[in-house]
Amino acid sequence: MPQQTQELQENKVLDSRGLLCPMPVIQASNAVRALATGQVLKILATDPGSKADFPAWAEATGNKLLKHEAKDGLFTYWIQKG
Amino acid sequence: MVEALETLSLDLEEFKRLHAEAHKETATKRLAIVASKGSLDMVYPALILSTTAASMGWETAIFFTFYGLDVLHKGRYKGLKVAPLGNPAAPAPFPALPIKVPTIIAAIPGMTAVATLIMKRWMKNASLPTVEQFLDMSHEMGVKLIACSTTMGVMKIKEEDLLPVAEIQGAAAFLHYASKATVTLFI
Repeated sequence: MPQQTQELQENKVLDSRGLLCPMPVIQASNAVRALATGQVLKILATDPGSKADFPAWAEATGNKLLKHEAKDGLFTYWIQKG
Repeated sequence: MVEALETLSLDLEEFKRLHAEAHKETATKRLAIVASKGSLDMVYPALILSTTAASMGWETAIFFTFYGLDVLHKGRYKGLKVAPLGNPAAPAPFPALPIKVPTIIAAIPGMTAVATLIMKRWMKNASLPTVEQFLDMSHEMGVKLIACSTTMGVMKIKEEDLLPVAEIQGAAAFLHYASKATVTLFI
């Protein structure tokens, strides 16, 4: 039976909770560099600025923000290396 | 006729190649920052923006001039301070006090050290890198850290006084670099 909600499978998880700008973006940048094209990085963040930063960063770097979630002050992003 | 078309198609290929080349050139963004201040609160924005730009694939350079050059000075970069004097936004040493530092208090000897300690504690509690760590990160990420040669002359700073990561340039070289920048900032 196919599941109704397909979970995104990440290749690596980056925990940048508790860090402020620019550290989540810089850590994500380093983490994505270590991935192969098409692989997915999941990022956990608490910096509210990350809501605007990750879409902008992904667009600037040619990586794809597949999905993002915000819940109780925790922001989660799935970025696919382009 | 066929010959004319062939010429045209060749020209089209050439056009496509030139277009791609031109597009590639503008695709790389460039940030050029002038950092003219040597106090902690003025240095952090330059370092935060430059490392972020580098993480976005931008070419980035910071031109450290006047007091900003202290950031690249071996004996001074670890001792950058922030002064409460002349800063109406300087907060009280104890966050519980709902007041700003009165000018007369800010002028007391030792208050700059107090304000510096407080700011360093803020940065630490926010898990933000120190200036030293930011400089290392910047260098690793390919940010050009430029020392202004005029400032070196005026302030009697020698090449060996600077961190090894510093490159020495004058205004012409930096302006040439900045003329091709997509973003330029003076801090």
